[in-house]
Amino acid sequence: MSASHVSAPAPSEAVRSPRLSETASRRLVHGGLTATALLYVGLLVVAPLIGIAVAAAKPGWSTWSATFADPDARHAYLVTGVITLETIVVTAVLGVVVALVLARDRFAGRSLVSAVVNLPLAVSPVIVGLAAVLLFGRGGWFEPWFTAHGIQVIFALPSMVLVTVFICIPFVIREVAPLLEELGTEEEEAARTLGASPFQTFLRVTLPNIRWGLLYGVALSTARALGEVGAVLIVSGTIAGHTETATLYVLRAFDESKDASGYVVAVTLALVSILLLAGIEIFKRKEEKVLST
Amino acid sequence: MSRGIVIENLTKSFGSFLAVDDVTFEAQEGKITALLGPSGSGKSTVLRTIAGLERANAGRIWVDGEEQGGKSPQERRLGFVFQHYALFRHMTVQQNVTFGLAVRKAPKPERRKRVSELLDLVGLAYFADRYPDQLSGGQRQRVALARALAPRPKVLLLDEPFGALDARVRQELRRWLDDLHRELGVTSLLVTHDQEEALELANQVVVMRQGKVEQIGTPEQIYNQPATPFVAGFVGASNVLRGVVWEGHVHFGRAAVAGAHHLDDGLRAHAFIRPHDIELTRAPGDLSFPVTVERRTNLGWMSKLHLRLEDGQMLTAELPNEEIMGIGPGDHVHANLRNAKVFSRNGQDPQPDQELAAV
Repeated sequence: MSASHVSAPAPSEAVRSPRLSETASRRLVHGGLTATALLYVGLLVVAPLIGIAVAAAKPGWSTWSATFADPDARHAYLVTGVITLETIVVTAVLGVVVALVLARDRFAGRSLVSAVVNLPLAVSPVIVGLAAVLLFGRGGWFEPWFTAHGIQVIFALPSMVLVTVFICIPFVIREVAPLLEELGTEEEEAARTLGASPFQTFLRVTLPNIRWGLLYGVALSTARALGEVGAVLIVSGTIAGHTETATLYVLRAFDESKDASGYVVAVTLALVSILLLAGIEIFKRKEEKVLST
Repeated sequence: MSRGIVIENLTKSFGSFLAVDDVTFEAQEGKITALLGPSGSGKSTVLRTIAGLERANAGRIWVDGEEQGGKSPQERRLGFVFQHYALFRHMTVQQNVTFGLAVRKAPKPERRKRVSELLDLVGLAYFADRYPDQLSGGQRQRVALARALAPRPKVLLLDEPFGALDARVRQELRRWLDDLHRELGVTSLLVTHDQEEALELANQVVVMRQGKVEQIGTPEQIYNQPATPFVAGFVGASNVLRGVVWEGHVHFGRAAVAGAHHLDDGLRAHAFIRPHDIELTRAPGDLSFPVTVERRTNLGWMSKLHLRLEDGQMLTAELPNEEIMGIGPGDHVHANLRNAKVFSRNGQDPQPDQELAAV
């Protein structure tokens, strides 16, 4: 053990240390970013979900069975179910039609339509609800016609479905339109020259190519439909046991200090949405694996 | 009535752009006809209109004696092969080839028989269960061809079928298509911008330019007797020399070339000369004139020689290396030009890219 032994590594360490600190700082930045992202997801997404789940579980099974036995809660689930199913059908069909037009047709004002399609994402649902009231409510533009034909729009299912579709349809269009653009028209033209009718072409060539985008868009739109409050709150009139949806039931539960029931319904809604999105994701992975082998 | 494809006064415009302008020609039954022209000449539009993928503004189309006007693509029963294959990416090779039979509700045993027959024909039976993205470009185009042929179309329309492939595969597939056509004898219309492809494959060539037909003829006629300066410049490489007609010759400076007997004296003219129609000698001859060698590019068995005439115009000659006799840059030699095609200039210069059109 001599002094030279100890001092020998010193110069090389002096050379290495700035590089070490450089990689270290890079690691620090990288780790910091990852931590921030995880913190964000944990704090703002996962934690509230767990919080609601815990809050719903705390009062015990009796609250669950009581909530599910409550006719208002049952009816609220039914209303949400009906609205969601109708929204799924309408957004899927209309969404694909609009996406086809946007991706394929070249007409004056196309970019305007393209921008307007996204508008529901930018406008507050409350405003959407107000707009529907202005159109279909007392003194609204279309109210006389519907009243004359005996159709109740406002404070009834039609307006609730209408605003939900309006809010949800961009999810489908935004998923499908880029796929159609990317697909181009050549495969469809090939199908036509091979003897396929326009409908056969859509069914056998176009639809299989957009099916994942369509499913994903519909899943997002379903999740959104399940959770919609603002617009539905305004157009429905929140009549318990009549036009009250599951989310509106949650709102009322808190108003009336029946927090536990509110948590139960909230958890079931969140669960359905999560399962839906996770299911699509798993399905898609499986399909891709099959295709790539 | 012809059993091939007859096009009469076909006109098609996109907005204010006239893509096809009063085109008339016939593709004979059982033969390959090539529609040859630069991009934007309207040849693909003609093909797409025949298939019903575009609607003509005017004109008539007959296929196998039947008028096609007003028919939808699926009613026409024509085979179409796209430049970028247009295979159904979510279907296997076999499903792709079956498609045309399936949508026409052909009986299942017949489908299976026909599909395996075609996969054997294009040599892809082994790949029947692959997806298009697992195949090479050449294989994909063969699948596309099998798919187009499966429903036994009356004619085969090929839109730049080799355009997306690299040079070697293109050569290979061209020869393969030639063999296939000999075997099947299906009336074919081939759109291409590649003059070599047209000359090699086609029995008849229709040269198009700016939506109009420039010339119709056999490959030999198109190459050896170009009807217009455009055809002379577009089909095969050509040098263009500008000069003035005098007593059947085009004169430029002290040099002259024969072949202008059809033009009046004093007219300004263009003489088109193929690079291989130039002969070089050390000693002056009767019809030859002096040139200076500026550059020589050796391409193995032959060389490209860049020659400057006395009046400053340039010529590119291509000569087998054994005929060059050591001629190199800086040498003063004598050039003798054969088979010049002379066209009156009409105050128009040929497009610059024609002069350097590569072989």
